[in-house]
Amino acid sequence: MSFPLLSLTIWLPILAGFLIIALGDGPARKIAAAASVLTLLVSLPLYFGFDPSTSAMQFRESIAWLPGFDINYELGVDGISMPLIILTTLINVIVVISAWEVIKDRPAMYLGAFSIMTGLMIGVFSALDAILFYIFFEATLIPMFLIIGIWGGPRRVYATIKFFLYTFLGSVFMLIALIYMYREGGTFNILGMHTLELGKDQQFWIFLAFLAAFAVKIPMWPVHTWLPDAHVEAPTAGSAVLAAIMLKMGGYGFLRFSLPITPDASARLDMFMIAISLVAVVYIGFVALAQRDMKKLIAYSSISHMGFVTLGIFIAFRLIAKGDDAGVALGLEGAIIQMVSHGFISAAMFLCVGVMYDRIHSREIADYGGVINTMPIFAAFMVFFAMANAGLPGTSGFVGEFMVILASFKTNFWIAFLAASTLILGAAYTLWMVKRVIMGPIGNDKVAALTDINPREFWMLAILAIFVLLIGVWPNVIGSVMHASIENLVQHISTPKY
Amino acid sequence: MDNLQIATPEIFLLAATCAVLVVGLFTQAKSNTVYWLSQLTLVITLIMSLTQIGDDATTGFSGAYTVDSLSASLKSWVLIIAIGIFLYSRDYVGSRKIARSEYFVLGLFAVSGMMIMVSATHMLTVYLGLELLALSQYAMVALHRDNSEASEAAMKYFVLGALASGMLLYGMSMIYGATGSLNLNVIGDILAGNSESMSAERTIGARFGLTFLIVGIAFKLGAVPFHMWVPDVYEGAPTSVTMFISTAPKIAAFAMLIRLLVGGLETLHADWQQMLAIMAALSMVVGNLIAIAQTNIKRMLAYSTISHVGFLLMGIVGTTAEGYSASMFYAITYAFTTLAAFGVLLAVSREGFEADQLSDLAGLGKRNVLLATVMMLAMISLAGVPPAVGFYAKLSVLQAAVGAGFTWLAILGVIMSVIGAFYYLRIIKLMFFDDPTDTAEVRPAGDVSAVLAINGAAVLALGIAPGIIMSACIAAFG
Repeated sequence: MSFPLLSLTIWLPILAGFLIIALGDGPARKIAAAASVLTLLVSLPLYFGFDPSTSAMQFRESIAWLPGFDINYELGVDGISMPLIILTTLINVIVVISAWEVIKDRPAMYLGAFSIMTGLMIGVFSALDAILFYIFFEATLIPMFLIIGIWGGPRRVYATIKFFLYTFLGSVFMLIALIYMYREGGTFNILGMHTLELGKDQQFWIFLAFLAAFAVKIPMWPVHTWLPDAHVEAPTAGSAVLAAIMLKMGGYGFLRFSLPITPDASARLDMFMIAISLVAVVYIGFVALAQRDMKKLIAYSSISHMGFVTLGIFIAFRLIAKGDDAGVALGLEGAIIQMVSHGFISAAMFLCVGVMYDRIHSREIADYGGVINTMPIFAAFMVFFAMANAGLPGTSGFVGEFMVILASFKTNFWIAFLAASTLILGAAYTLWMVKRVIMGPIGNDKVAALTDINPREFWMLAILAIFVLLIGVWPNVIGSVMHASIENLVQHISTPKY
Repeated sequence: MDNLQIATPEIFLLAATCAVLVVGLFTQAKSNTVYWLSQLTLVITLIMSLTQIGDDATTGFSGAYTVDSLSASLKSWVLIIAIGIFLYSRDYVGSRKIARSEYFVLGLFAVSGMMIMVSATHMLTVYLGLELLALSQYAMVALHRDNSEASEAAMKYFVLGALASGMLLYGMSMIYGATGSLNLNVIGDILAGNSESMSAERTIGARFGLTFLIVGIAFKLGAVPFHMWVPDVYEGAPTSVTMFISTAPKIAAFAMLIRLLVGGLETLHADWQQMLAIMAALSMVVGNLIAIAQTNIKRMLAYSTISHVGFLLMGIVGTTAEGYSASMFYAITYAFTTLAAFGVLLAVSREGFEADQLSDLAGLGKRNVLLATVMMLAMISLAGVPPAVGFYAKLSVLQAAVGAGFTWLAILGVIMSVIGAFYYLRIIKLMFFDDPTDTAEVRPAGDVSAVLAINGAAVLALGIAPGIIMSACIAAFG
């Protein structure tokens, strides 16, 4: 067996997290910084050592864990999961930077919780055993529950319990489906489940069970209501991680479980999925327009953008019916690029709000105005990320949306038309917020007293800006690694199981 | 002599208990001698029963007593948990008007009762073990004799317990009438038609008896609809006694259930399967829903126990070896997770102050972070959230239920566990999100803190490596 790189990437931050908590508040920041940078460095070989020519799982590890149960500690990555792991380790570094001098209440617990959560999230993306996946998937709830509950805003208790119970309820149905499939196929291996021959009704119910888990997580309309609450009440870094990575677990789940395991049920229900994705894109876009709270606005914008991810995933079955395999791949790759890009942009947007919140302690749009006069450098970043959020060409926000819209055009004009409306709606709600917050004359005395960002905040935002631009001008940086895996997935889901 | 050999741990325990009883008469009320002697007794008995693990199954006393891998590992767990109970309750019992030597002596007698129940393969031995346990427990509940609530709880427990014992005895007599034997192995053979043919009338008689047996077992486990005593007794009894009742006896009751239903009456499984399935469903629903409304933490944990009994029964309804080992795993892990939770409650209580309201835990994370963390791990485990050990317990019983075609029960179970998660989360919320209302220092004795830390760590560590206990559970039904 080769060097267990994935295990190291998972367990390094988890153990570091426990160490941070154990050693207390004194050295917490330094250890957290070291651990996050080290984790990032350890994860880089996953990208540079990745073989893009194969769809097979790479960096595989397998240890018998619970032989009586046929549960194995089995890890591996392909072109779908690898970009998400890199995203996770990158955001972890940003989180530590963002918390540096902001968190004064129990910083060791705060940083430790984030560090543990990073390891668990990497575990979600690299688990190849269904029960191992479920364990990581559920275990992430505990640190997030504490982060929102301890360091959150005024309604934090309501928000965090809602967050926990919503996602817990969704995923227990998935657990039953996994157990059922184990009974049918005799394996908890995810790849083994992909080839399981399931009948029409079986697929239908299993699809619904997965849908319960992933639709809540991503989240899709109408089970999205936990997200605005959780986002608004969470501390800045909590919102950033929630939006940047936790939501991606839902999208990843669709690609790793729903599509390959229940392709026929997915094909049967694809119009339903497309319809509720479009509701998310359009209706939630309008809801975002009406928000007065900046964090809430970004939260709704996240739901709307995630609608693009599910649209890109489920438009595939319309295109398969037409025999357009290239179009299928376009939609799926668009969905993944949209996930990664949204990871950077939403994190950046939340951090921008956090920067202002740390100074004025308000998230209300009405409490700001003319920030550009006192914080010119910050305003430049904020405008840049807002443009990216609106899908400006040249930023990463454009690439994914454009690919999904293009794929939609190949099936139906009206689907594409509704999807493309986001380009207007997204621009409307984001830029209108920027206009009211950043532009114009100085709104009040508090804004007049603002000081511009310090070097810590500058670098935190600059790193994210670099990646947003990088993916925007050179999408192949992540596109190239996923081609083989997507091709394999397309082939797999176009063959009916019964 | 062979007969005596298989019962050496019990014989030693009983003899040592009598000796401790006598020593207790001559020690001062404040001395810890009885406590240390009791612990020593338990440790020696534990070592003796650990040596029985791996031995071939042996039956003695004319088939009344069996030592097999099931009994050896369950006895060891009962003893380990009893050691924990005694340690956690030492200071609690010492600082209250509770006759302390009696507390430990009665506890030791109860442990002997449990060990006998675990090994009993004859209806009379089952009943003897059960009554030894029950009588000790009635007395323990009433130990706080100046407290009217405790006396009321003891009375209620005694009357209902006696009723349940009566039901159990009546059922046993019916089965004796139908089969002509009290030996569970013989009954199993007769019912299966191996030794003589069973007429239809006699089978009906056995079924009739079975129904009463189930009532008796359900009462001892606290399954709905025979759960009425559980919340009142949990609330009224001194917390250390509540801890005792809610942990180790569940393991013994599980063993009794297995010995009677699986060992003796497996042929009639079509009959008891349905009864258990309905009780499991009702217990999960009633336990979880009513627990939400509780403000007294002991009552809340009582309803939580009821819901966990529902999960435990879910493993048994499948009537597969896999399901039995899943339930065994559930019983063991439930017992030591609950032990940790009660251990924290005892540590938070102090002289003149009982931590029994939910609000008493508010801000515990700021007062003593170790205790709060242990409690959090226990709650996560009871809610069945990975990576704590409670997740595997739920996973294994769910798997058994789905495998046996009881998917509806499994789905009901997971929905109820989400509802249950709410009240467990509320405890975490109180401890970590709220500010303390009580500023008195919480500082348990060093050894108590250390053992609590180990107990909490075990809840997590066994979640990461559940194979250690799981393999023993699978071997017990292999």
